Amino acid sequence: MRWGIVQFPGSCDERDALHACERTGAEARLLWHEERDLGGIDAVVVPGGFSYGDYLRAGAIARFSPAMEAVGEFAAAGGPVLGICNGFQVLCEAGLLPGALLLNENLRFTCRQVDLVEESSIDAFAPEKGGQSIKPRLSIPAKHGEGRYYAPGAVLDALEANGQVAYRYAPGQNPNGSARDIAGVRNEAGNVVGLMPHPEHAVDPLTGSTDGLRVFEAVAKGRG
Amino acid sequence: MPRARVLIRPKEGILDPQGKAVERALPALGFEGIEHVRVGRVVELEIDEPGRLGELCEKLLANPLIEDYEIEQLDGAG
Repeated sequence: MRWGIVQFPGSCDERDALHACERTGAEARLLWHEERDLGGIDAVVVPGGFSYGDYLRAGAIARFSPAMEAVGEFAAAGGPVLGICNGFQVLCEAGLLPGALLLNENLRFTCRQVDLVEESSIDAFAPEKGGQSIKPRLSIPAKHGEGRYYAPGAVLDALEANGQVAYRYAPGQNPNGSARDIAGVRNEAGNVVGLMPHPEHAVDPLTGSTDGLRVFEAVAKGRG
Repeated sequence: MPRARVLIRPKEGILDPQGKAVERALPALGFEGIEHVRVGRVVELEIDEPGRLGELCEKLLANPLIEDYEIEQLDGAG
């Protein structure tokens, strides 16, 4: 398994993403944004940061880079793609994921640990909860100023119906006013996944949580 | 070269927290009776094919999912 992590001018989480991929036991390398050839990788991360200074709109300019053209083709061919934070914004701007990310409702840059509900997973059977099915929760940091997920109501309904809501903020923890507490979505085919919180910052017990590894592993398996 | 100005603003119905913040600040400065403040942006440019402005807006200057835009063509003399 070989991951490629796209690096734009203004990316700032690409090294953590690289480290996270390696912690899943995979190989990983950076892909400079001017590279048109992804070099035979098996999965892509579009990382967090402020690509091209977030000028105009977050992600608006990055989507036109040669590397993103290649990522578009890679995604169309079914290749797994994970967009984190700014990477999620880039994938939405590129039309690889539905919706858009708007300024946080409270206008504040938010930086805190949040619980995410993994909507996509097969419900876990939990004997200690009387045999109820429960969805796994992940503890992952979120840090962004423009993370309010928006899509028109009909699109949100379709996302829910198709199982395209990948991650939701746990009840009461929505940090930005996202529609229906949505923290991450996937495309219809399921191979492209984007989320605002940062799984690459939750991969080492030293920093409190290793739940982020699940996100990388799920995307690598094509069921993010 | 012909000049143009593009006005971009959040679509009606989409919460615009910047507009709300401005609106809330106004009474403290003695400006009463102001509501529905929306904050957008202006892009000014020169373009030798003004017929392509619409495409330019759709693809880059605005995100049609969340923003409306208006194109103003200015005189070409500048």
